[in-house]
Parts: sequence; C-alpha cells; structure tokens
Amino acid sequence: MTTTTAITPSRWKRFRNSYLVYSFKRDWIAQFCLAIFLCILLGAVCAPWLAPMNPYDLTQINILNSELPPIWVDGADALFPLGTDAQGRDLLSTILYGARVSLIIGFGAVMLQALIGVTVGLLAGYLGGRIDAFLMRLADIQLSFSTLMVAIIVGALIKAVFGGAVYSDYAVWLLVLIIGLAEWPQYARTVRASVLAERSKEYVDAARVMGYRDRRIMFRHILPNTLSPIFVISTVQIANAIISEAALSFLGLGMPETQPSLGSLIKSGFDYLQSGSWWITLIPGAVLVVLVLVVNLLGDWLRDVMNPRLYKG
Amino acid sequence: MNAVAAQPSPATTSQNRAEAESLLEIRGLYKHFPLADGFLEQLHFEKGRLVRRNEQVHAINGVDLSVQRGEALCVVGESGCGKSTVARLVMGLLSPSAGEISYAGQRIDNMRGKRLLPYRQRMQMIFQNPYASLNPRMTIQQTLEEPLRFHHPDWTTPQVQDKVADVMASVGIDPEWGKRFGHEFSGGQRQRIAIARALAVDPEFIVADEPISALDVSIQAQVLNLLMDAQAERHLTYLFITHDLAVVEHFGTRVAVMYLGTVCELADTRSLFARPKHPYTQALLSAIPRLDDDRPEHVRLSGEVPTPVHLPSGCVFHGRCPHAMERCRQEVPQLIVADDGNQVACHAVEEGRL
Repeated sequence: MTTTTAITPSRWKRFRNSYLVYSFKRDWIAQFCLAIFLCILLGAVCAPWLAPMNPYDLTQINILNSELPPIWVDGADALFPLGTDAQGRDLLSTILYGARVSLIIGFGAVMLQALIGVTVGLLAGYLGGRIDAFLMRLADIQLSFSTLMVAIIVGALIKAVFGGAVYSDYAVWLLVLIIGLAEWPQYARTVRASVLAERSKEYVDAARVMGYRDRRIMFRHILPNTLSPIFVISTVQIANAIISEAALSFLGLGMPETQPSLGSLIKSGFDYLQSGSWWITLIPGAVLVVLVLVVNLLGDWLRDVMNPRLYKG
Repeated sequence: MNAVAAQPSPATTSQNRAEAESLLEIRGLYKHFPLADGFLEQLHFEKGRLVRRNEQVHAINGVDLSVQRGEALCVVGESGCGKSTVARLVMGLLSPSAGEISYAGQRIDNMRGKRLLPYRQRMQMIFQNPYASLNPRMTIQQTLEEPLRFHHPDWTTPQVQDKVADVMASVGIDPEWGKRFGHEFSGGQRQRIAIARALAVDPEFIVADEPISALDVSIQAQVLNLLMDAQAERHLTYLFITHDLAVVEHFGTRVAVMYLGTVCELADTRSLFARPKHPYTQALLSAIPRLDDDRPEHVRLSGEVPTPVHLPSGCVFHGRCPHAMERCRQEVPQLIVADDGNQVACHAVEEGRL
C-alpha cells in the first residue's frame, strides 16, 4: 500500500520516463534524422533572417549573376555560396525559401488530410452499417483518382475561372487543398480500422451505458485511443505530401517559378542540366531527398516504437 | 380479529405486489443476430442455382423474467446460452428483435437518447473484463468525474470531487489513486474502480455481467463481498450474470437457469440447490465438485449443445435429455409454476414423470 501512495509523477516526468524517449536515446539513426530534420525546419522557418537575399524581391536579383557555380567550382562568386540559378537568384536563399514552401504544403496538406480522414474514419467505424459502407466507397472512389489527376483538374479549373495571376497568388493553399483532398482515404482507412477494434472494448460499452452521446464517445473516448496509428501515418504522409508537391511543381502544375518550392526549383534547373549548370537541379534535389528520407526514417522508428506487438504498455 | 376485513381481495393484492416489488420486467424477449450482413454475403450457390439465404443466430428465444426490488437475481448457464445477451439487452446496448423490457412499469426497450437518460442513472452495469472496461487514456479521477458532470451539470467542482472521494472510499480505493491511469492497477483494484464508476450516479439497479470471472480466486471473494455490502448499504437490486454455481449459492436470492437462449428453471436459490426440477439443472448441479464426493453420481449428458443457428424443434434440451419423449420433440415447453412456487419449463415435470 505504501507504493501506491507515492507521489504521482508530473506529465513531463512521465514523458521523460516513457518508452518513446527510452528508445529514442538508444537509436542513433533516429537521433541523427531528427537533428537533420530540425536543421532543415529551422532553416526554413528562419529563412527571412538566415538567407543572404530575398528571392521574391526582384530588385535584389541581377540577371548578370545568372548561372554562377557553387564556391568550390572555378568561376564562382563568394557572395553566392551555392551558386545562382538561371535568373540570377542566390541558390542558398532560394533553397531556404523553397524548403519553407515545401514544408508548409507538406504540413498543411497532412493537417487537411487528417481532419477529413479522421472524421470520416471515426464516423464510419463507430456508426457502421450504411454510413460506413457509403463513406468507405467514397474513400475508394477518391483513391482511384491519382493526386496528379485531381491537381490537373483543379488547377485547370482555377486557372480558367480566375486567371493565372490569382492562381499564383494562392498556389500554396491550392496545393494544400489538392494534396489534402487527394490523400485523406489513407487516414480514413487507418482510423476506421482502429475504431472498429476500440469500439468492441468494454470501456465504450460502459460509456454508452452511462448515457453519453455518440459525439462524446467518439471524440473523448475512442479518438484518444487511436492516436498512435494517426501519429505514425502522419509522418509517412508528410513525406508523401512533400514528394507529391515536388512532382506537381516539376510538371508545372504546382508552385510558379516566382515563388519556387524545392520541386519547381528542380524543374527550373532541369533545362540547364545538359549545358553544365548541374547545381541548379542537383542541390535542391539533394535537399529534397534528404528531407524526405529523414522524415520517412523517423516515421519508421515511430512505427516500431508504437507497434503494440513489439512492445506492451 | 376480523379475518375477512383484514384481507383485501386476492386480485388487488397480487397486482399491488407486482407493481410494488417488480423492478424489471422482461416479456417474450427474442434476439437474433444475422450471420451475413451484406446482400452479397447472403448469396449461396446451391444445386446450380444462386439462392439468397439469411441465416440467423437465435441468441435469445422467448425469455420472461422479472427482477424484484431488493433481490439479487442470478442468471446461470454455460457459454453461449445467451446470459450476457440478456444483460446487454436490458442495458440497451443491444435492441431486442421482439419482446418488451420494462423498468419500474415503464417500457424502456424502445426509448432512445434523452428520454432514456433518467434510466441511465437508475440502472448501471459492471463488466466482465476490468482490463478493458476502463478507458486507458483517462485517469481514475476523470473516469469517475465524467458521469457525475454529465448527469449533474449543475454541480460545482468541489461537489463533484467530494462525491468522487465518497464513492472511492466506499469501494475501498484510496482517493490518492485518482491521478493514476487504469493500467497501473491490478485486476481487483480495476474492478473496484469500475464498481465505483457504476455507483457514482447512485443507481438502484445494477446489471453485473460476470464481474468476478476475470479475477484471481483470492480477489473474487473480496469483490463479491464488496457487491454484497453495496447492496446492503444502498438497497441495490442486482441482475447477476455468472457461470459459477458456488457464487450463485452464496450471492443469489433467486436463480434463473438458461440453456440455448431460454429460461429452463427459475427458483429460489435454496430450493433450486436442494431440489432441482429441470433435467438440465439437475445435470448442472451434479457437476459441482463436492468435498464429500467419494462416489460421484454425475448426470452425464451425451452430445453437444446444438447450434443456435438451427434450433431444435420443441424443447431445446430434448436432444440431450434422458427423459425426452415425443411431445418434447414437438412442443416448446412454457414456464409453469410448480407446487412449491418455483417455475420450470419441462413437459416431464408438468406430466409428473419427473
């Protein structure tokens, strides 16, 4: 009885003693990945203060500086450590700003996916029956459209209705919308599966016997117990959304060249790859690969940690 | 003494008694579960033709029960006989295929939402598995406070906390444990917390669905005593589902024996254990191991429990009953009141063969 009356640890202490932190301390890959990810995140968030110049500001750009190589190559200018692109923009600044755009789209799209997917998955799993069948067929239909198709249709519609200028002003939010709408079924399916598992447990019956309304049971009782798979799928989906954005921008369906993301930066350099200006494509490409790789590796680690079959708690 | 004046007419007495004492009334209850939900799953290929077959599990087949105020009615039977389904139907976790459930004279099986809320306070349930019946993401304090805040939105925070401390003390758990989560406790402690949650809203009727089956034998007695103490202090009425006959003998006022979704015998605990009437009850009781059992005389039943998908005709027990006759294969026996007031559903008892 003496042990049970001991002081209950605070939330922060519980977190520090949790299995999550324990396994993080013993996994150097996870630590390494988190460090790199935080570096990129910090660089992207602080781009306006870190970057030597503002690539959106046309007055700072001089066309005479175009296609300068990075400093370790002959003919470089010390002002531009990673060289410049075809328009004379400093590549380091453009990459920092581009990573910012890519990360905003990645996180924004995943938040939208999670919002739609979790709601649909909860409703389908908890209410069941015809609502379940309807929502899940809706998800199947959505999955049968590829992200590219949705992007082409929405992009073409917006451009046709509002014109290209409006499109480039709202390109970031349109891409969030497109990628968010295209990939919510991933969430819906995962959440529905875990809701089905949770719904049959007795604590849900106890809540129903208490007379709580369905909404309270769904959001207060079932949802908190399905959070681990949601976290795991979120990391994978962020990487996917960044890749999708890059692919769309590379095809000219995403960010305009005046506000480059990593994808449109790769695309803008692609035309110069054969003429020797490899850095315009390869450096942003390397940043993109590293960013997606570390996010995926972190997701893998999180999945292993939170998999109840590997560890019980 | 005027004997005539002291006795009101018999009809009014029995009616008054039924109204005053019967808390829960179950009449003609049926529950079927479809085996195949979707249309495509119901299609079968038979003899070169597609036929649609909608098979059902007949979980409950015409159950009549009434629970008297203040008693502990035990429902016993083997796995799959429908005793848990009765509990879930009573609590509204399932809706019946046919039949009526009334609580204190008011029909509740067709009520939904707000209209049912007052009954959610008066009737509560304790579940079998204490490892699953507490929300793993909520502390004990949150688990116990939520019902109070939900049912008494006008209560202040100190009022709620006082009530939670009261109810925790009454089930023998330290109020200090409130900050902890369910998984930090043992099975017996968790079951106490689950009982505290049920008692928090001050119910008068509790359905307990095998509340001690998942516990250690050493803990079972503690929890059982806790339930009996709560009954004495709070004048509770229990519908107690169990498969443990020793518990029934200790705990039950009356016993209902179920077999394949029907009640085959309903009797006072003492007279049931002394003189079981139904052949199934006799077999069940003879299976209890006894210390003085040198030469056991078990009633050995042959065969298996039939599948509830294809119910046997007539009496559901006729295939395994040593006293079955032609009538048992044809006609479903109804519960009849025997000479000692106990009820039994058996043609052999009715005909005096047993």
